Parts: sequence; C-alpha cells; structure tokens
Amino acid sequence: MTSSAANDLELICPAGTPPALRVAVDAGAHAVYCGFQDETNARNFPGLNFSRADMAAAIDYAHQRNCKVFIAVNTFPRAGDAALWRRAIDDAAALGADAVILADIGLLAYAAERQPDLRLHLSVQAAASSPEAIRFYTDTFGVKRVVLPRVLSVAEIADINAAVACETEVFVFGGLCVMEEGRCSLSSYVTGRSPNMHGVCSPPSHVSYHEADGSFVSRLGNFTINRIPARQPAAYPTLCKGAFRAGGTVGQVFEDAVSLDASKLLPALSRAGVKALKIEGRQRSRAYTRAVVGAFRAALDAMANNTEIPLGILLQLSEGQSATHGAYVKTWR
Amino acid sequence: MFTLSFRRDFRVPDVVSSALRPLPLLPLEIFLQQLASNIVTRHPDILTRIGRTDLLRFGIDPTDVPFAIEIELRDGVVGVHLRRELDEQSQHARISGTLAALMRLVDGEADGDALFFSREIVVTGDIAAVLALRNAVDAAEIGILREAAALIGLWISEPGRLLRGMLTDEPRRERRAQDERFRQ
Repeated sequence: MTSSAANDLELICPAGTPPALRVAVDAGAHAVYCGFQDETNARNFPGLNFSRADMAAAIDYAHQRNCKVFIAVNTFPRAGDAALWRRAIDDAAALGADAVILADIGLLAYAAERQPDLRLHLSVQAAASSPEAIRFYTDTFGVKRVVLPRVLSVAEIADINAAVACETEVFVFGGLCVMEEGRCSLSSYVTGRSPNMHGVCSPPSHVSYHEADGSFVSRLGNFTINRIPARQPAAYPTLCKGAFRAGGTVGQVFEDAVSLDASKLLPALSRAGVKALKIEGRQRSRAYTRAVVGAFRAALDAMANNTEIPLGILLQLSEGQSATHGAYVKTWR
Repeated sequence: MFTLSFRRDFRVPDVVSSALRPLPLLPLEIFLQQLASNIVTRHPDILTRIGRTDLLRFGIDPTDVPFAIEIELRDGVVGVHLRRELDEQSQHARISGTLAALMRLVDGEADGDALFFSREIVVTGDIAAVLALRNAVDAAEIGILREAAALIGLWISEPGRLLRGMLTDEPRRERRAQDERFRQ
C-alpha cells in the first residue's frame, strides 16, 4: 500500500461527553462523532451526551484544531412523533456540524429537503450492505458516506467500493453488534427498550449483578445472561452475548463476548477503498478514548511512514478482554 | 497544573490497613465531606448529568482499607459518611475495588468498563445510577488527589493565616493600604 493512501484515511472517533471529545481531538482524531442528550442517538445512556451548548463549544474546539464533528441522529423516530429527531437535525445544521449520521429514510428525506447544505452520512443502523441499497441512499437523498454494517468481509467491502460512488466508513475497534444492525429486537424482547427506537441496547435500568455459588451472575430483566467463574473476564449482559444451553452444551449461542480489533487489517481495508475508520465506544470513558484513538492514530501514522503498525496494546480495554477480526475475516463456527 | 495518580497495581499494604483499623473515622469523614462539597461546588455539572433529584445512596467499598464510604445525593446536596462496613440494604448501588482502582476511575486514568471486564471493580444494585455517576464524574475531569492536596493545603494555611491575623496587625495594615488605593 502507498503512504498517500494511508494519509487519506480518516480516523472517526467516539465522544460521549465534551471532555472525551477534547481528548479525542487532542489524541489525533480526524473527526469525532457524538450525540445530543436524548433518544435521537444510539448511545442514550444516563450521564452521557451533549446539550446544545455543549455541542456548540465542542464544535468550536474541534474546528479550531482542524477536526470535524459528526452528530449522530441515528435512531428511528416513533411513528407520528418525529419532532425531536427533526429538531436534532436542524440544530446540528445550525451549530455547524460537519455531517449528521442518519438511519431513518424519513429523516434522510427531511434533512435532504430542509438542510440541503448539511452533509449526510448513512448510519450503520441502516444496515446498507449491498451496492443497490447504497445507491438508493446516495441517489435519493444525496448521502455522501455510508457506514458499512459489520457483516462484510474485506473482499466484499472492496467489491462494494468498486460499485458505488460514495465514501465508505468501517468499524475498526470496539463492541460488536449481533450483525442485525438496525433490525435487532433482542433488547426490546427482554426490556421493552431497544437501540433502534430508544437509543439504548440492554438498558442499565434492567441490568443486575450478584454473586452466587462463587460465580458472578449478570441478569437482564428476568433473564440470567451469564454466570462467570471467579477471576474470568466479565462482560455487559446483552442478550446476544449471553451463554445459553443449546444442543446439550452451554456457550455463547449468538455471539462471543469479544470486541472488534481490526488494527492488523488497516492496510487491507485501505486497499479495499475504505475512506474512514470508525472506533466504537461513545459510552466509554476519557481513558478509553485517549488509549484507543492514540493507538489507531499511531497505526495510521505508521502506515503513512511505511513502518510497522504497533499491535495488541488494547486488549485490556476490550469486552471480555478478548478481540476478534469479526466478519472481516470470516471463520464461521 | 500538577498531576498525581496511583499506579495501576497499587494496593494498600496489609500492615497499613491494619494500622488504620483502630483509628476514629470522624476526622476523615469531615475531610471527605468537605472534599465532596468542594468538588460538587466546582463541578455542578456532575449533578446535572446524574439527572436525578431523588435520594441516591452509593456505597463505595475500597477493599484494601478498613472502612467504606457512603455517598448520599439528594436535591443537589452531597453527604459523605464513613462506615466500618456497608449495610447491603441501605445503599441503592455499591462499587467495590482497590483504593487505587477507584481513585484512577474518578481521576479518568482508568476506564470503568475495562475495570469491570477485568473484575478489578464490582458493581451491584442500581446499575443505571452507577453508570450515571461514572459518566458524570468522568465528564467533570476531577483530579481527586489534586483536590485533596488543595484542601489539605487550605486546612494547613487557613489556621496559620488566622493566627497571624490575631498576633499581628497584618489585616489592619492591608485594609489601610486598600483604603489608600481607593482614595487615590
């Protein structure tokens, strides 16, 4: 790969709070994505996110340092009650956001019509995984960038990039979803609240932990999700990463409790024509942001300088303290 | 601005913990109450981000010292009480871990999820309240050792200043000088 291609890769970093945004900018983010303090974004956790005043100051801080700010308005509005989401789009434009990240076609239509100067990115929540789906969004709403769902191999991403005119963005680090992004109802089934509608998967109000028989037991609603023996790594109790008895064995039926770490695949993703690399984790701390953004910026700088990419330094920040290449290198069980 | 922090693997030695055991808790409780009030005054956004006005009682249990801290939030007021042991039933949520892990969490040096994944901290009770507290504290950029050092400095310097005031005419001279400046 050429160093100029590496130079063109953008590092898109998460920020759940204004200090996390400043940390991300200072650690070398090319763009930071964040959301307002309500259910319009998919990380609507208690104590997180930005008021309008926070957002104005954050955009000012980032722009002074040549860093872009993308505002995620990536949940799906309630039927007949889209005012909160539309206001988020209008405010993002008024505050000078560099793009909004949207998933719902109604909101895309609204933004394209009412805010024609606002750059539109398609959220991973829209789950656009084929050239035909992507072209629908680019041709209909003028979407400039699509965040690809985490179901594609590197080769499939290369094929998509060869077939579409817009930019693509892919996740390179952080918590993994169950690969039904934007369509998953597991959290709704157990708690009545979902990432798609309420911006929160497995809401903490429905989570409980306790010790039993020497094991650490995590529950979501009325379901036991995991029983973890002493000294083994823990994970947040999402239904998709729970251990269940099936076919006579106990194990993670849907997905392992691991995080994505595609740092080894950065050159391959660059060759596949990807424009931007996204780090998951708006619900994480400043310490996480500092470490992960710093590591990936160092990796991009190493690629640009044709030196070896530093690897494997982020394992302790991963869920279950374990990492995977996810679907980029498919080795299905 | 100076930085103070704990090493990741620091653990209060057993001998120190044993030596602390017979000491009365009241002086430390008064100090921590003042420290917590100062932090909330300087960082009002903490309470805004937590976003609850009902009574919230957190049990903070540093596993390597012989006491635990009960933090009570209600209507924007913070209360701190030290306990020899936490009563499981009287807190809404409880966070346990070594003193270093808890301090690094508050200081933004460690990631709360990573400490949880590695089992260095254990949380029970109202997890939504714990997350709100963690996110609010992380957003406040508190340097707790720095805040504590500043408070200790104030406690040392303030009695000295008052004593100097009683024994010398320094305050009267300062007032006279101010009056002079005002007249000019």
